[in-house]
Amino acid sequence: MFSGLELENYSMSLNTFKRLLAFAAGVLVTLPGLALAAGGEKNALNMPVGVTDVGRSIFDLHMIILWICVAIGALVFGVMFYSIIYHRKSRGVKPAQFHESTKVEIAWTVVPFLILITMAVPATSTLLDIYDFDDADMDVLVTGYQWKWKYEYLAEDGESVAFFSNLSTPQAEIYNTDGKNENYLLEVDEPLVIPVDTKVRFLVTANDVIHSWWVPELAVKKDAIPGFINETWTRANEIGTYRGQCAELCGKDHGFMPIVVEVVSKEDYAAWLGEKQEQAAKVKELMAQTFSLEELMARGKAVYERNCLACHGARGEGGVGTAIAGSPIATGELGGHLEIGINGVAGTAMQAFGGQLNDVDLAAVITYQRNAFGNNMGDLVQPIDVFNYKQG
Amino acid sequence: MGDHHHGPAKGLSRWLFTTNHKDIGTMYLWFSFAMFLLGGTFAMIIRAELFQPGMQLVEPAFFNQMTTLHGLVMVFGAIMPSFVGLANWLIPMMIGAPDMALPRLNNWSFWILPPAFLLLASTLFMEGGAPAAGWTFYAPLSTTYAGPSVTIFIFCIHILGVSSIMGSINIIATVMNMRAPGMSYMKMPLFVWTWLITAFLLVAVMPVLAGAVTMMLMDVHFGTSFFSAAGGGDPVLFQHIFWFFGHPEVYIIILPAFGVVSQIIPAFSRKPLFGYDSMVYATAAIAFLSFIVWAHHMYTVGMPVAGELFFMYATMLIAVPTGVKVFNWITTMWRGALTFETPMLFCIGFLVLFTIGGFTGLMLSIAPADFQYHDSYFVVAHFHYVMVAGAVFSMTAAVYFWLPKWCGKMYNETMGKTHFWISFIAFNVTFFPQHFVGLAGMPRRIPDYSLQFADFNMMSSIGAFVYGASQLLFLYNVIATIVAGKPVSDDKVWDGAEGLEWTVATPAPYHTFEVPPKIDPAHAHF
Amino acid sequence: MTAQTSTAHENYYVPEKSKMAVMATIGLVLSVFGAANVMNDMTFGEPGVSSNSKFIMYTGLAVFGATLFAWFRQAIRENLAGMNSAQLKKSYVLGMGWFIFSEVMFFAAFFGALFYVRNLVGPWLAGEGDGGRMNHLLWEGFQFSWPMMQTPQEAVGGAGSQLIANNGTFTSAHKSMAFAEASAWYLWLPLWNTLILLSSSVTVHIAHMGLLDNNRRKFNLWLGLTVFLGVVFVCLQALEYYEAYAHFGLTLNSGIYGSTFFMLTGFHGFHVLMGTFMLAVQLYRSVRGGHFTANDHFGFEGSSWYWHFVDVVWVFLFLFIYIL
Ligand code: HEA
Ligand code: HEA
Ligand code: HEC
Ligand code: CUA
Ligand SMILES: [Cu+2]
Repeated sequence: MFSGLELENYSMSLNTFKRLLAFAAGVLVTLPGLALAAGGEKNALNMPVGVTDVGRSIFDLHMIILWICVAIGALVFGVMFYSIIYHRKSRGVKPAQFHESTKVEIAWTVVPFLILITMAVPATSTLLDIYDFDDADMDVLVTGYQWKWKYEYLAEDGESVAFFSNLSTPQAEIYNTDGKNENYLLEVDEPLVIPVDTKVRFLVTANDVIHSWWVPELAVKKDAIPGFINETWTRANEIGTYRGQCAELCGKDHGFMPIVVEVVSKEDYAAWLGEKQEQAAKVKELMAQTFSLEELMARGKAVYERNCLACHGARGEGGVGTAIAGSPIATGELGGHLEIGINGVAGTAMQAFGGQLNDVDLAAVITYQRNAFGNNMGDLVQPIDVFNYKQG
Repeated sequence: MGDHHHGPAKGLSRWLFTTNHKDIGTMYLWFSFAMFLLGGTFAMIIRAELFQPGMQLVEPAFFNQMTTLHGLVMVFGAIMPSFVGLANWLIPMMIGAPDMALPRLNNWSFWILPPAFLLLASTLFMEGGAPAAGWTFYAPLSTTYAGPSVTIFIFCIHILGVSSIMGSINIIATVMNMRAPGMSYMKMPLFVWTWLITAFLLVAVMPVLAGAVTMMLMDVHFGTSFFSAAGGGDPVLFQHIFWFFGHPEVYIIILPAFGVVSQIIPAFSRKPLFGYDSMVYATAAIAFLSFIVWAHHMYTVGMPVAGELFFMYATMLIAVPTGVKVFNWITTMWRGALTFETPMLFCIGFLVLFTIGGFTGLMLSIAPADFQYHDSYFVVAHFHYVMVAGAVFSMTAAVYFWLPKWCGKMYNETMGKTHFWISFIAFNVTFFPQHFVGLAGMPRRIPDYSLQFADFNMMSSIGAFVYGASQLLFLYNVIATIVAGKPVSDDKVWDGAEGLEWTVATPAPYHTFEVPPKIDPAHAHF
Repeated sequence: MTAQTSTAHENYYVPEKSKMAVMATIGLVLSVFGAANVMNDMTFGEPGVSSNSKFIMYTGLAVFGATLFAWFRQAIRENLAGMNSAQLKKSYVLGMGWFIFSEVMFFAAFFGALFYVRNLVGPWLAGEGDGGRMNHLLWEGFQFSWPMMQTPQEAVGGAGSQLIANNGTFTSAHKSMAFAEASAWYLWLPLWNTLILLSSSVTVHIAHMGLLDNNRRKFNLWLGLTVFLGVVFVCLQALEYYEAYAHFGLTLNSGIYGSTFFMLTGFHGFHVLMGTFMLAVQLYRSVRGGHFTANDHFGFEGSSWYWHFVDVVWVFLFLFIYIL
């Protein structure tokens, strides 16, 4: 008992408790209640069911555990609020003094244990499903880079197809000088295209730091670990566009490396792949050509904006990377510039783009850097120069 | 020499040179509160940037620094030291000891903390900014892809480790060696028990964290390849070592909180704790299990399926002893004579919200489902339910509960209750919607998000600002109490409270139990 | 002082104010701040730019060392002055015991890393577990064996040819520390080191027996021998490092084999150095100050526990680094 203060001041009005009760009940009911009603795009409350069988079983599993928890919660909080309302000192109750009961203790150890077993059984079977990588119809090598994804179709026949997939949301939308479109931050220049009803195995890896390839509706999330390949798979049942994001903190633009997967019919897929293979063949031809400064500058600008801008800035002013405007490398002798563009700078964010861009794009971007942002070297680099430099 | 009869020294030297457990406890408590404000300020910056889609306040790189520092400062600067402060104040008084076992070491454990955090904060001004790889600082983002601040950061972690290990050794020695005659282990108050086990966890895992950061240091500066496949190492190795520390760490955060709640609920129920023995065993079981579940943070890194299953089953098991605790608290309230002073309110808030956080933890432990939850805001919601509504609420309850004993004055109850209600509501407004955005696919640690998440994020930010502001009310209440609170004269401030700390004068004299108290052998436990 | 009312509970000596903690803090913080900057200068700094990092580091270390010296001296004096109750002594015992436990866990992190890379990562990189897809796509040609005599990077033809970004060059040793590669068993240093450390555990034990028998000469003699063995161990270890760098090409850059080898033996060696120093101090105290009696000698006993701990770690090292 503490002095000078009446105990009455310390007990709460019943009203307060009703409010507390109502709030907690509200919280308990709204979560699953709203969750069930959900499904819409905006303000979705629950996990998407997705378009794969695995996704469906994960969703079911999620709902089972959720409801079990809600039920236990209702019971536990029910007992608690009953005490709070009826066993209050202000109602004049005398405290009971019971304590210790081995029977009760055993019951509330064993019952939760049994509940856990009922959860573990479906969980185990779903997990084994997820880990069944065998019998894939096709393999896609997914490589995370700071801050873009590379997709490589490991085809047995034909020209191999590989491309990078970059965020395509304009800076203006991100920095609020322009209205945001509906797929804000979830759009890329070149999506991954896969056929419907096909078991696609993803071989996930990374070039620099750890990323994580996550597409909720395909029920796939796998970390991309540099130097290791993780496997995962999906079989989409429905044609459509599915969006996801990199899920592992990977540096500055971790929030800006989305994933877009187009699931298309098998015929469309075959057509798309054929087109891509043709394009790849064409680039090979381009390698042998000679370009004018204008051509290189135009192409270089596009390449720059896609690949270099994030670090070197829209005006070549630098950022994560050093400034290109007036840079001693970009305004120095060509060899040094080629070296950095192709082999990067070890131990810094400056990657080796030799393995990422084709020789045409490399030639273009290096030309661009030497002649833009007030750099005025006037020299130009041809694809063949890049090729020769790579050969040493 | 050993003359305990004069009071504290005057001036700054009292605090700098003190060996008194109460002084040191006070310093820990104030320091941790300052860190709470600092970490909270970082959180406010995070929430402000996330108020709307689009980049408005800070650049992405800075945002990542904020997230990282927020996590680090809250975990290592606010929560852990606050409970160490509580331990310093209370453990000697609860077990009838004159002081901590190793008083000079105790002072050292405290004093290395402030400079360590000063160094950490100073990295904000370094070239390349503060560490930005998250509070989990996964390699290689935190090693070969980080700037010079990582070196300072690594040494800060070393210092924090030294502090925690020394502090824990002190607590273990105190509990094992300084109990008053008759205070057997199974009579100790549960707060002492939970701290004993926590201290054991700390001594076991802080060195492992030190090992992890040492390997980072070697990779950054001396060309080793622990975390690089090119040399035969593995970035995932870092995660295993980190989480071998990191998972016990989260129980290091919550076990003392369990202890606090186990003291306060019986006091305001006016009824002994329902199952003292089983509470002790449950705590030990949680501590044991915490060593074999670490990889539940790593379900998506590509472990073999057998490992995945093992860690899933082991993690799920933790629900059992934790359930025992929750059921015990509720049965203690059952047919008690309850009153609802501020400490009790915060404990009830703890009980409800921690349990919800525990449930989401259980959901996360289901590996296949975690493939969807992992690294989304669902996880963020989970751990703020257990850490803010768990650890911070119980710490707040503890301050309200023992403050009158510490300073001999009563806080303002109306203000306390207001603090509770604002906190409780604002907390839920902040973190409940994060479950939704997480499930819908919003990754964590992003400075900007797509439009479908906008409404809930705005709600969350508003909640966070209110919650933050309510902490200032708390600060005001505590200072007002110390400066001008209504004096309490009863030794036993709360009529239902049990324990030796309530038998000493109020406010607690500078030195207590120079002569060990007589323990009534009939007393079951405290 | 209050008259003792309880016989079971002697008066516990609670020191009054002490400057030690603050001084030790200043020393520690300066040393790590200096050390961090020395390393940053080394890795990120511009060559040739002078900095005062080293000065800060050495100042810090000096302050720290001096404080520890003063701190231990005071603790010893208090004990000699009879201020320490049996209970306080037990606190020291507990403190030392749990400190050693924390050291065990520190080493556990490195052993854990070693087991993980040897038993899991190596085989994975070499193609186990996924039908060789990973090996084929990323580290074609890498084969795993321990000691690892070819890094994955070398297997694919150097940092320029690896598919992950270049974050360092890892060149394997051409000769490992394994027994099989020693030119003759008696030239294999780890064997000698094992013998030395194991016997030093025995000698320190004999010294302890001497103390318990009140035989100071025996104590001093065997403790001196232990210290001597410790010094020899450290010298041989230094010799081994020299050989590794100068003749075997085994360095910190030698991939994960070099990394784990130097990390484990390095920290162990550092602990031996500490242990030797601690025992040397006890020897000095006994020889010059006549400290320690048959029933009051925790300064020595704690150091000897530490020594046994260091010895046990070595046994594991010997097994997992050199033999298996
Ligand atoms: C105080 C800290 C704390 C506590 C106590 C917990 C408690 C638990 N946590 Fe949590 N956790 C964190 C802090 C904490 N966690 C943090 C900080 C992270 C993120 C780290 C990061 O990545 O940054 C995290 C992340 C995290 C993950 C990884 C998520 C991911 O990244 O994908 C998982 C997965 O298993 C998990 C599980 C659990 C479980 C099973 C518990 C259990 O202990 C909960 C047990 C409690 C209950 C279950 C409720 C009460 C029980 C009953 C009423 C009995 C009956 C119930 C049943 C039978 C269901 N946690
Ligand atoms: C115990 C630890 C703890 C505590 C107490 C908190 C408290 C809070 N945390 Fe969190 N948090 C973590 C531990 C903790 N956190 C961890 C470990 C992470 C993961 C980091 C990572 O990903 O690496 C994280 C991450 C994290 C995120 C995700 C960031 C991201 O993924 O990018 C968010 C976002 O909302 C958040 C918000 C908050 C808020 C609003 C509070 C509030 O409770 C804070 C309230 C306190 C105050 C606001 C201070 C008091 C008031 C003032 C200083 C006055 C000024 C303010 C006003 C007037 C409004 N935290
Ligand atoms: C992920 C970030 C990043 C991207 C993307 C990037 N760079 Fe860089 N770049 C850097 C960094 C960091 C440096 C500084 C390296 C150093 O410390 O020497 C740099 C330096 C350079 C330099 C040398 C400038 C100087 O004066 O030192 C050139 C030239 C360059 N980059 C070209 C490019 C080109 C061409 C591209 C795109 C095809 C590109 N960079 C994309 C990070 C990046
Ligand atoms: Cu890539 Cu995050
Ligand atoms: Cu965990």
